[in-house]
Amino acid sequence: MSANLSAFFYLISGILFILALRGLSSPETSRQGNYFGIAGMAISIIVTFLSVGNFGPGFIYVLIFLVIGGSIGAFIAFRIPMTAMPELVAGFHSLVGLAAVFVAVSAFLKPEAFNLGAVGNIKLASLIEMSLGAAVGAVTFSGSIIAFLKLRGIMSGSPITFKGQHFINLILGLAVLFLIYYLCISQLSNIFWSLIIISFLLGVLIIIPIGGADMPVVISMLNSYSGWAAAGIGFTLENTALIITGALVGSSGAILSYIMCKGMNRSFFNVILGGWGATEQNKDSKNKEQKPVKNGNADDAAFLMKNASSVIIVPGYGMAVAQAQHALREMVDALKKNGVKVSYAIHPVAGRMPGHMNVLLAEANVPYDEVFELEEINNDFANCDVAYVIGANDVTNPVAKTDPQSPIFGMPVLDVEKSKSVLFVKRSLSPGYAGIDNDLFYRDNTLMLFADAKKMTEEIVKSL
Amino acid sequence: MEIDPFIFRLSIFILSIFVGYYVVWSVTPSLHTPLMSVTNAISSVIIVGAVIAALAGSGEKIFELSNIFGFLAIILAAVNIFGGFLVTQRMLQMYKKKKK
Repeated sequence: MSANLSAFFYLISGILFILALRGLSSPETSRQGNYFGIAGMAISIIVTFLSVGNFGPGFIYVLIFLVIGGSIGAFIAFRIPMTAMPELVAGFHSLVGLAAVFVAVSAFLKPEAFNLGAVGNIKLASLIEMSLGAAVGAVTFSGSIIAFLKLRGIMSGSPITFKGQHFINLILGLAVLFLIYYLCISQLSNIFWSLIIISFLLGVLIIIPIGGADMPVVISMLNSYSGWAAAGIGFTLENTALIITGALVGSSGAILSYIMCKGMNRSFFNVILGGWGATEQNKDSKNKEQKPVKNGNADDAAFLMKNASSVIIVPGYGMAVAQAQHALREMVDALKKNGVKVSYAIHPVAGRMPGHMNVLLAEANVPYDEVFELEEINNDFANCDVAYVIGANDVTNPVAKTDPQSPIFGMPVLDVEKSKSVLFVKRSLSPGYAGIDNDLFYRDNTLMLFADAKKMTEEIVKSL
Repeated sequence: MEIDPFIFRLSIFILSIFVGYYVVWSVTPSLHTPLMSVTNAISSVIIVGAVIAALAGSGEKIFELSNIFGFLAIILAAVNIFGGFLVTQRMLQMYKKKKK
């Protein structure tokens, strides 16, 4: 296939990928969008086969490896529980990153095959592009592995910090730039390997100081990185599909990171430079624990909600941990039978990745038109009889609006306290991720339900 | 003077960033998780490079070091492509409207 014709087909793939993302503007068009994406991918792969035109024994192996990888991917896709989606996405990011590294390595070892010059004499532009692609890919890979381990709970979700951490990261970052420069003038393979190793190390060090609840930002950021790595490789290979996709994915991840940071009222750098976890606020909260709270049980909760005319559910990460989404749906069904109007309120950073809560509710067959975002629903709390907070904490804390001293001051929160009564399902009075006490616990209109989110919800279903 | 083809690629790249910017802002927040999984799947179009790497060289020497890296990259990218699109499909199938 001629280079011009294949370039044209790669452009078509790129357009199909744009349409795939465009489809996600509403759930109705999203499934069609996904098919556009699949079509774009199929076109890219077939065109590559035709333009390489080598159907020798190597081609058989290509197909075999494609089938092996595809089967593993399909197996994972069908088996993975929806609650594990954040770690799955992190894991997938790591694979894209590593694949980018491998392609760059291969191009470095055999530049002739990619039309980039010869070993020891690779075109300067190509060398810069491939080393950038490899470096970003390596950071994506090792960073995503750490994110995966943290989300999976294999590694502690709390921030790991040590003295001089930012300084070391800065040095490593500069080392990466220097090695790229040195590689360009020397073309030495040792420099190339060092570049990759240092980038791996940098990826690990960037992610370890970031705590569990900041994971939505981290995952979005790594998503963005995987896109930039792909784009870097796309420039090396002079491949339009890869350049377009890399740009799309890169800006998508960047926008999601921005949305997540805004949801926490924190700057991107503030998140990257380490967690909230170990602030002095932790100690403060110890003195406050004496304050009285109202303690309720499932029957009280059932009674309150049954006699309400409207209820708003506020789910958070705790719901995902307890896998309470199905029980929650049953509870809502029972309430609806009693003529109660029920809606769901989702904070942008609820859960461990963007849109996490929406997927879990969708899994439990909650229609998406009952689920609302913060801005859409926040005014409704004032007219609502009961707010049922299940597994959320910091995102409901009124302190964010009242106390300028608080680390979460200015963060957009759900105005849960404005509803006539608040039911707060929680295992204990312990503070949330931000390490600060939730003022909501001690309000007159709050009834604390101390239990596991799933068990409590199931008990409420029984007493309804 | 002739324009370097690199400039054309750079133009495509920058315009695509803008397209991405506007398209992604129009994605409804409830679909942000599928957005991440589908962007993941499409960024695996890097498999194009992996295939070129794997098939580089003459017929007899299929498993030179550069080819091996290509084959490994094919496996990784294939996991992502199939896994990414299928899991997105699975998620999107769950989003339903209220039955009326």
